[in-house]
Amino acid sequence: MSQGQNGAELRLVTPGSAIGPASGRRVGTGALIQGDEIIATRVGHVRERHGTVSVDPVASCYMPRSGDLVIGTVIEARSNLWFLDINGPFQSLLPMSLAPWKVEFGGTRDHADINDSLLMRVQEVDEVQNVVATMKGIGLRRLAEGAVLDIDVQHNDALRAEGAALLKRLRDLSDCRLVLADNGRLWADGDAAGIDWLRTLLRAVAAAGRSDRFEALLDAHAANAPNQGDA
Amino acid sequence: MGGYGDVKLLNDDGTRLDGRTVDEMRPVEIKAGILPAAQGSAWVKHGLNVAVVAVYGPMEAHPRKIQRQDRAVLDVRYNMAPFSTSDRIRPGFNRRSREISKVTAEALESVVLLERYPRSKIRVEIEILAAEAGTRCVGITAASVALADAGIPMRDMVVGIASGKIQDTVVLDLDKAEDNYGQADLPMGICPNTGELVFLQMDGDLSIEEYNLATEYNYKAAAEIHEIMVAALKARYDGGEA
Repeated sequence: MSQGQNGAELRLVTPGSAIGPASGRRVGTGALIQGDEIIATRVGHVRERHGTVSVDPVASCYMPRSGDLVIGTVIEARSNLWFLDINGPFQSLLPMSLAPWKVEFGGTRDHADINDSLLMRVQEVDEVQNVVATMKGIGLRRLAEGAVLDIDVQHNDALRAEGAALLKRLRDLSDCRLVLADNGRLWADGDAAGIDWLRTLLRAVAAAGRSDRFEALLDAHAANAPNQGDA
Repeated sequence: MGGYGDVKLLNDDGTRLDGRTVDEMRPVEIKAGILPAAQGSAWVKHGLNVAVVAVYGPMEAHPRKIQRQDRAVLDVRYNMAPFSTSDRIRPGFNRRSREISKVTAEALESVVLLERYPRSKIRVEIEILAAEAGTRCVGITAASVALADAGIPMRDMVVGIASGKIQDTVVLDLDKAEDNYGQADLPMGICPNTGELVFLQMDGDLSIEEYNLATEYNYKAAAEIHEIMVAALKARYDGGEA
């Protein structure tokens, strides 16, 4: 059994496992009601808060939601829009009217070409998962420097918990500017040594595959971090 | 199913040629998350059968004509490696592998919550590295573990297991000789938590009593295999014993 943030034991369940009776309880993500019982639909840890039972998955893919901050990679540029890979099941569309530049019809490649990384927000997701992104907003831009690293989406909550304490530690130890997107991507800008250290750490975290192991792995890798000063 | 009655498949004391009793399963080992490049993966050894399964996705379904507006498409590919049997198998898909891919996809579609990912595709690649009868069942079990490892939501997992008839005796989990020279084979896909039957094929003839006994054996074995599946997932994510 793992330990949660408050020290309570976390119960790992697998798809189909009975979590408990459904009466008087609501069902959150990663669970559903079958007959009189709540069952898990994913491998994850059971969480019950304010009468809602959910399963925090230990592995999941990114599902876009309106308002998400995402890092997309341009995979196709048409005359008046871009298609971007946002690390989810569906591509995102960025029309030139929602880009921060003055784009001439047919001139999309002058601003963002294939393989460019863009920091965007999800503007709209419809019922058949058509995703429209926007770059109109503070801080949304083309990421011309630094590196985009992959990080499993289930670690986002741990990194942002307690005023993003873990993320701040990562930033201090790596001595890099960081932007954590909601779609399992982390933008890091700094020295090559810092980015390399981050890449090694995230690879170890991915191999471990559990969000509550992130802090332990960060402690283990801290000795090799490029910036030991005020971390 | 050969059904050659003159081949002796049971010893005089009622045990089988490999020493198992009639309701005894071959040893099963399962590992989850063995392929770093895949979203989910599993390795299953069932007797001398070895299967590796990789799951990719959900991803955008291409070509677009295969997209479903209300759900994902499960694209299952079952393949036997050329070195998996004593006679080399010609690489690539054949009629048998297409049939098994189709029935495996239909079994898994019963439990995977495909409606969560409209217009997308989930790819399940089943590779049989070593074959000794019952590879479709091993493939289904391994695919279930790999889907769970990939974080694909499911109502339940599916366990693949087969019983059959040799020398007029119903036995659990046929090995190669029993499969080749036995009288019947009854592979099933069972959801261990709900008890639902999501896959059933029958080769040969069974009476109603024999069918019921074979089904009873399959359900009992499915419960055992399910425990091993859960242990494999817990070992991957919780540091438990596989």
